[in-house]
Amino acid sequence: EEVVIPPSSPGGGGARPRWARGPVRSAAPEKMISESSSFVKGMMLGGLFCVFVTFIGHNKMGHGTKAHHHEHHHIQAPNKEDVSNLSEGERMELSHSIRVYCIILVKPKDLGNWAAVKETWSKHCDKAEFYSSESVKVFDSIVLNTNEMWVMMRKAYKLAYERYQDEYNWFFLAHPTTFAVIENLKYFLLKKDASQPFYIGHTVKSGELEYVDGDGGIVLSIESLKRLSKIFEDPDRCPEQGGLIWKLSEDKQLAVCLKYTGVLAENAEDSEGKDVFNTKSVGSLIKEAMANHPQQVVEGSCSDMAITFNGLAPNHMHVMMYGVYRLRAYGHNFKDALVFLPPAGSDND
Amino acid sequence: ITHTHTHTHTHTHTHTHTHFLGQDPYREDNTTAAELYSKVRILCWVMTGPSNLETKARHVQATWARHCNVALFMSSVRDDGFPTVGLDVKEGRDQLYWKTIRAFHYVHQHHLEQADWFLKADDDTFVVLDNLRWLLANHTPEAPVYFGKRFKPFVKQGYMSGGAGYVLSKEALRRFVEGFRTQVCTHTSPVEDLALGLCMEKMGVQAGDSRDTEGRETFHPFPPERHLMENLQRDYYYPTYSFYPILLGAQSCSDLSVSFHYVSPEEMYVLEYMSRHLRPYGYRPRYQPALTVWNRTEPRDG
Repeated sequence: EEVVIPPSSPGGGGARPRWARGPVRSAAPEKMISESSSFVKGMMLGGLFCVFVTFIGHNKMGHGTKAHHHEHHHIQAPNKEDVSNLSEGERMELSHSIRVYCIILVKPKDLGNWAAVKETWSKHCDKAEFYSSESVKVFDSIVLNTNEMWVMMRKAYKLAYERYQDEYNWFFLAHPTTFAVIENLKYFLLKKDASQPFYIGHTVKSGELEYVDGDGGIVLSIESLKRLSKIFEDPDRCPEQGGLIWKLSEDKQLAVCLKYTGVLAENAEDSEGKDVFNTKSVGSLIKEAMANHPQQVVEGSCSDMAITFNGLAPNHMHVMMYGVYRLRAYGHNFKDALVFLPPAGSDND
Repeated sequence: ITHTHTHTHTHTHTHTHTHFLGQDPYREDNTTAAELYSKVRILCWVMTGPSNLETKARHVQATWARHCNVALFMSSVRDDGFPTVGLDVKEGRDQLYWKTIRAFHYVHQHHLEQADWFLKADDDTFVVLDNLRWLLANHTPEAPVYFGKRFKPFVKQGYMSGGAGYVLSKEALRRFVEGFRTQVCTHTSPVEDLALGLCMEKMGVQAGDSRDTEGRETFHPFPPERHLMENLQRDYYYPTYSFYPILLGAQSCSDLSVSFHYVSPEEMYVLEYMSRHLRPYGYRPRYQPALTVWNRTEPRDG
């Protein structure tokens, strides 16, 4: 869907069109009844007009043809030169310096996937916690008491910042249909300074807004999380409810709020330009590759250092766990700059 | 109107970061795999047919068959384009043992000196050749032995599942051919794996134990999901057939698994990707067995 975002300026207020400010709040109750119906009519007309103008405007600019200049923000994995020539001690120290806290947002309907995530990849986070809409008997979780995704996300990020700002430098948020390889995430973050505002994942462009698609997982540095926590206090720019007329998905709302603080989304790629955060499963990507480039199915699709895949059923998570951490071809050794040991109390990795 | 990035760089736009195309971000050392490739030579022959070439065999050819020292596709009809060997049989389940007999005879006649071990697989079997080499490195091809997923009924020493693939030593292949020459072995039934197993036993070829050093199976008659997720101890047939005790969950499959069966074309590529491409950077696996090559032990690898 097309989204029109008012122009943003990180430091102060930018001019916003009057129609975006929301309903008038100060009218007296007796007057409101007669005023409200004409108000509603006015809002609807204005809204329709706005959609019309936007549609025309985009067609005029030839938006679909990519002929115009638009900025992409891409971010690269470290390459060979970055990581060679480190001593064993330096490797261990480096590995421990990247501390990832995982937030998984769950609802009772996700119970099967919740269990699978608990039993599989989340064990490789430095800490993983499940933030649920409501309390569930079977599992411990941090209960958010709301069903709305955007509100869940806000509360989870707020709590994570409050509790863990001094303990972790990277914050990874995922849905229970996502599988993540945390070691590859850490390798990706290797040379990135967490005191800089990073907001990384599989990005999508929607009008002027570039946002990280929540399906592929969202990575925030501690600096971004800090700025996010501040803008949460701003009900005009980053409201918990309402705000813009069209209801945005939570991953877009996040991008809007972050943009106000000067934090922009960046798409993550390996040294060959392949996405490392995927919003689809390996099977789906392979199927597409078989149709689109059958001569180079594997080489032309997924990255060797993929970080996430999405759309996995619980069984698939367990198979992924085996495929990622255990199944391998004997005799291929790697001189990696980082060292990660298997977690305690686990046997499927 | 949202549009997603495809990163194929067919359109020009300015980047805020530069791309380093084609550079390896980490160094791979293939010495052990390369050494095994030359020391443990494997000829693979894949049982297929004209109607399966484009739908199944093609994907085997594009994935694991590339890692065999020699790869042959056996069909009822010769096809120089694919290419396939024509075995001068009809197609059909009742022809499976004829195909097997003819295929091994063909290999014995034309390719004996090119390999040490001779693998039979179906066009819906996925094989990890490097792991098969690791398994076989500890044995000599001059010994009369064959390996696969060992089944227990009907044959005293057991026999190997056809779908999971099985591999004969050079001496085992010689004895198979010799068995037919002397009529000790004949076409007893169309059930290829059982019939071959009976011949092997008659010819003094040992049914080997293909489990890893932790007792976990390496050849699998089903896809990974079935072994990892199902309780096959409760399956109707499996406990009757499985020679060794059935292990469940993570223990059902070795890290160094050799084969899976009933693998769809799409899953061929998925398994190729998972076994040879995708890996957790820097991760030290729990299972790191030593490599023993003909009584010579080398430091921990893999």
